Amino acid sequence: MNILVCISNVPDTTTKIRFAEGDTKLDATGVQWVINPWDELSLTRALELKDDSSAGITSVTVIHVGEASSEPTIRKALAIGADSAIRVDSPANDSYVVAAQIAAAASGGGFDIIMCGIESSDFNGSVVGGMVAEMMNIQSVTGVSDLKVKDGSVIMTREIEGGREVVATTAPVLAVVQKGIAKEPRIASMRGIMTARTKPINVVEAVDSEQFSSLEGFTLPPPRPECRFIDADNVSELVSLLQNEAKVI
Amino acid sequence: MENALKSGEFLLKQVTPESVFIPEEFDEEQRMIAQTCQDFIEAEVYPNLEQLEKGDRKLMEEILKKSGELGLMGIAIPEEFGGFGQSFVTQMLAAETTGAGFSFSVAYMAHCGIGTMPIMYFGNEDQRSRYIPRLATGELIGAYCLTEPGAGSDANSGKSSATLDEDGRNYILNGQKMWITNAGFADIQIVFAKIDNDRVLSAFIVEKDYPGVVIGPDEHKMGIKGSSTAQIYYNDVKVPVENLLGKRGEGFRIALSILHMGRIKLGANVIGAAKKAINDSVQYATERKQFNTAIASFGAIKSKLAMQVVKSVATESAIYRVSRDIDNLAGRYVAENCEKGRASIDAISYYAVEAALLKVYGSEMLDFVVDEAVQIHGGMGYSAEMAVEKAYRDSRINRIFEGTNEINRLLLVDTAMKRAMKGDFDLFGEAEKVFADPAGAPAAATSGESYGEEMLRYTGNFKKCALMAIHAASSTFGKKLVHEQEILTEISDIMTSAYLAESLVLRTLKREMTQGEDAVFRAITNIFIFNTASEIRRSALGAIFSTLSPDEAEPVADAIEKLTSVRGVNLKEEGRLIADKLIEDGSYKF
Ligand SMILES: Cc1cc2nc3c(=O)[nH]c(=O)nc-3n(C[C@H](O)[C@H](O)[C@H](O)COP(=O)(O)OP(=O)(O)OC[C@H]3O[C@@H](n4cnc5c(N)ncnc54)[C@H](O)[C@@H]3O)c2cc1C
Repeated sequence: MNILVCISNVPDTTTKIRFAEGDTKLDATGVQWVINPWDELSLTRALELKDDSSAGITSVTVIHVGEASSEPTIRKALAIGADSAIRVDSPANDSYVVAAQIAAAASGGGFDIIMCGIESSDFNGSVVGGMVAEMMNIQSVTGVSDLKVKDGSVIMTREIEGGREVVATTAPVLAVVQKGIAKEPRIASMRGIMTARTKPINVVEAVDSEQFSSLEGFTLPPPRPECRFIDADNVSELVSLLQNEAKVI
Repeated sequence: MENALKSGEFLLKQVTPESVFIPEEFDEEQRMIAQTCQDFIEAEVYPNLEQLEKGDRKLMEEILKKSGELGLMGIAIPEEFGGFGQSFVTQMLAAETTGAGFSFSVAYMAHCGIGTMPIMYFGNEDQRSRYIPRLATGELIGAYCLTEPGAGSDANSGKSSATLDEDGRNYILNGQKMWITNAGFADIQIVFAKIDNDRVLSAFIVEKDYPGVVIGPDEHKMGIKGSSTAQIYYNDVKVPVENLLGKRGEGFRIALSILHMGRIKLGANVIGAAKKAINDSVQYATERKQFNTAIASFGAIKSKLAMQVVKSVATESAIYRVSRDIDNLAGRYVAENCEKGRASIDAISYYAVEAALLKVYGSEMLDFVVDEAVQIHGGMGYSAEMAVEKAYRDSRINRIFEGTNEINRLLLVDTAMKRAMKGDFDLFGEAEKVFADPAGAPAAATSGESYGEEMLRYTGNFKKCALMAIHAASSTFGKKLVHEQEILTEISDIMTSAYLAESLVLRTLKREMTQGEDAVFRAITNIFIFNTASEIRRSALGAIFSTLSPDEAEPVADAIEKLTSVRGVNLKEEGRLIADKLIEDGSYKF
């Protein structure tokens, strides 16, 4: 089986977000770009499956929709252990565009399992995975916190309200994965970094795609209100604050 | 390459900003390697710090092995021995990044550096193939055993001895080694001892399981408590003759070469540790409120944050500058058909002056940074719960091992002078010239002088202070100068400050060529130059008044005043600029 892992390129979570050009663009100066944390975990899981000979995984490919400037992030994925990469040469304008590009590039690629992170830590849209499956007309399973392959079937654990659900199906399938899919992201080894140089990044041209959204501008979330400490003995003040100020009781 | 500076020659020659390597030029692969080191420390070291601190040696050994599995122990090892053959610059970047790993960093560096490299650089093919591939993966852990109870700074005075047994197959090793890092679990020990009645040391590869090797209990230490440090006793240990490293009597040279490498890598380690302490400082200062205000907004705290950054950036600039010089020189040796391993260690040893001064400056820089880090944390800085408390204790060792800072200060002046006497460069001639015409020494501002020209004029003048002091001291004391340690120490400090200042200026100017003027970097440079000028003035006057009579000293002292006169700096505003960037970014991003 062949696995395709979708990779998004996002600012490191400790980045102080600043905007440029009249708040219509992210100010990229000094930003460190990383693999979206959920995607890094799904790549890790894909590689664990490939390492386990009983799963019968022959290749792990990563796909990214973005411009050449995001190649360091793709090469990082190759250094972590992906066999090859596809970059669709298109700006990642919105979720629909990204999904359309992935669907077009992945169709006919012989991928049995496509893994998508539940969201990307920049826009947190949580829609790409579902859209890709729709566009490719394949089944998708969401909220996947574990994925195994056994005797040709793909067995996924889903986190559902108040419990877990196990779904078994056959390829092709798209899994929208979330926390738990792998314990810790795999660290690129020195050997991985060295071999990443020689692994192919296949750059494909973007297909025409509609774009249904446009960006008006960015605003920062309001600063977090201050944390106030109340003396443990002073229960009445706490009750009064919860009632009158926070208005939660 | 023809224009490359010889070691110590920086005192006489000015290089262009274009010719130096700056950290901004790390390539993608180097950044990825640094990220791997960082990820490893965050995933494997930080969550285990408390347990390591309690002395869990098993855990330290496991973490070391894991770093080996990831390839981190093979960064400096050529590919034919199972490593990754990385450049010296890359090795230093890895050393910097792992330097943030508290006692892990000491254990890891001792293994990769002084524990492994003696065999890599000085071993024969058989020794290398027997040990290096396994040291490169962490299957074997290494240690370096030079110090003895009676032989610390005077390393050649050790009593450990070896004699060839009757059938000529083994050396019988006896002795006691002290303060040995990784002693508790190292499989391979590089042991220095004298054969028969030799005056000089020889080096041996000793395996921990040879009968007669006895490891003492771990020392109770002030810091780096997670690293194993113990005595090792050798009681009639049979060491096969194949395990004599290098030639008989070559041990002291091996020991010194390896120390040059250890020193310069320590200079990189401390940068990583400093950045970690700065990050912890700024995070705490932003969160902690007093008088209803985050303490980061108080000027007194900002000036501390700014100075932590200024000194770290300066160290970084100098470290990577000389690292590239070392790569270039090693490349030239290889082109001249020198074997790769030898080429590396010869190039590192060649830059002994810079290695020593960076060890001294770097270790003192880190002590400054962690001290201020504790201060910024107030009472919490004194709590064992906080990382800065550990950082404060852990930092202190750096001024003691790899040659104490006193020894390194003396050594760096001595080495530069010896190089000059050998004819490498005309130090004494130039020094005499500067000294003969003190009034003419200070370069004056030219009209329409650019920022870069002005800064390089200052650093040029700083170097002339060193030349003045060198001439005064060497012409007054001649061969007896070695006994004038106070004066040598001042000269050493001038040389060090001048090298750091020049490296920082060159970096700032090179950055400006591609990225344009950057107010923060200028502020860092201005403050460093301003502070350094007065430190150099003090050292140079100290050296001059300790050397010359008051009458003789007067015109020289006047010149020194002028040579160290620099533009005034608004320390408050420029310091705030630096601190504000640090606070805004939330971590060290310079
Ligand atoms: C935690 C730790 C780990 C270590 N790891 C190792 C290791 O792995 N392998 C190893 O071989 N060693 C190791 N050492 C030993 C270390 O290198 C020595 O402690 C160091 O070289 C100083 O020697 P000493 O302790 O005998 O001090 P001394 O030489 O007794 O020095 C005492 C003081 O006198 C000064 N002094 C000495 N001689 C002179 C002089 N000629 N002129 C001016 N001042 C002088 C020194 O600078 C110092 O201030 C380690 C030490 C420690 C504490």
